[in-house]
Amino acid sequence: MKYVSEYRDAALVRGVIDEIRRTVTRPWTIMEICGGQTHAIVRHGIDQLLPPEIELVHGPGCPVCVTPLELIDRALAIASRPEVIFCSYGDMLRVPGTDKDLFSIKAAGGDVRVVYTPLDAVKIARQNPDKQVVFFAIGFETTAPANVMSVIQAQSLGIKNYSILVSHVCVPPAVSTILGSPANRVQAFLLAGHVCAVMGYHEYPPLVEQFRTPMVVTGFEPLDIVQGILEAVRLLEKGEIRVANAYPRAVTFDGNKPAQAMIARVFMPADRKWRGIGTIPMSGWALRPEFVEFDAEKRFEVGEIRTEESPVCIAGLILQGLKKPHDCPAFGTDCTPEHPLGATMVSSEGACAAYFRYHK
Amino acid sequence: MCLGVPGKIVEITEENGLKMAKVDFGGIMRETCLEYIPDAVVGDYVVIHVGFAITKLSEEEARETLALLQELVNIEEELGPEPGAA
Ligand code: SF4
Repeated sequence: MKYVSEYRDAALVRGVIDEIRRTVTRPWTIMEICGGQTHAIVRHGIDQLLPPEIELVHGPGCPVCVTPLELIDRALAIASRPEVIFCSYGDMLRVPGTDKDLFSIKAAGGDVRVVYTPLDAVKIARQNPDKQVVFFAIGFETTAPANVMSVIQAQSLGIKNYSILVSHVCVPPAVSTILGSPANRVQAFLLAGHVCAVMGYHEYPPLVEQFRTPMVVTGFEPLDIVQGILEAVRLLEKGEIRVANAYPRAVTFDGNKPAQAMIARVFMPADRKWRGIGTIPMSGWALRPEFVEFDAEKRFEVGEIRTEESPVCIAGLILQGLKKPHDCPAFGTDCTPEHPLGATMVSSEGACAAYFRYHK
Repeated sequence: MCLGVPGKIVEITEENGLKMAKVDFGGIMRETCLEYIPDAVVGDYVVIHVGFAITKLSEEEARETLALLQELVNIEEELGPEPGAA
């Protein structure tokens, strides 16, 4: 068992798709939440292999795409300060703020560093006591365990020059917003397997009940994804309203309890603005007051931030499953991965970038 | 950053009070924090996100799922294509 090659077996994937074809009797619209799954679906052409009855729409689960412009501009203002070493996951570097990105600040001599894990940022803080090290703590539930541990680590090592700029969002409030919209077309959800690996899936049965919409915990390899779709089609065809787990090798109902406990110790629920969607109440996390000294937003006064989005970009509608990248007039012309107008074109997990790269 | 990948624990270590491990991703070794999988041992497969193991893969569940899907495909081969199927 290698846990990779087995799930890329083309014959098995085709076999499951054949079973989907035999099961489906009418049109269904299914949303995959997670940008990683969007990428895999488009890359492997899974959307093209499915029977025409099944339409996949792409959800808001790309952390780079939904981080609000205000926060990116705030990050840019902090990263421009001479005393700051600004650390970030690599995918944030080219996300356009109102008039520049982190990459251009680095090119202009700013100390912007890509780290693989926030623990590396803590290390950098330790090695540079005369500098302020700021980590851009973005993401969904999957990066939260790492981000909170960096704070605990800095606290226990007595590191005073480390802080995090937090923009954490959570999946269940987004699901609820999408399903609650009068324009909603989504009839079933593929839930993000690794979000559920951390949080479990006990948060979803109430949503399933409230909106009468089945949901399937789904993994990331091609076989996982078609299995998730098969499970969703089976539930839809039978009219079964419940949560199914199509990724049991990695996900349990309760999730990772030690990780949940650590998140709850450092973070508390907070309203969050989602780029392209707007503010969703209690849809993310912020640092608890006990950890205020690690809050970069409090540590650095950057003045008023005025933002301006590209007027043509329809990323918000794409993130809610209401439009597809091809519906955007700028797609592939004014907006490309080299010159992105919106965040969904920047991140490799964004729907526009995935379509540009693999669909043409 | 969300593409968590499975890797195999080859050595368990400690750094600054955190349970750490060397994890093998098909030949590439990475330092990984194991604080959230306190019962992990050498040989376990874990899913890693941004340097942290977030879940341990269950071999039993993995085998069961693969066997079920294989069965589905086998039945189809035995029955042959459906009449009229494209
Ligand atoms: S193609 Fe570019 S401008 Fe159009 S929605 Fe996507 S990111 Fe926005």
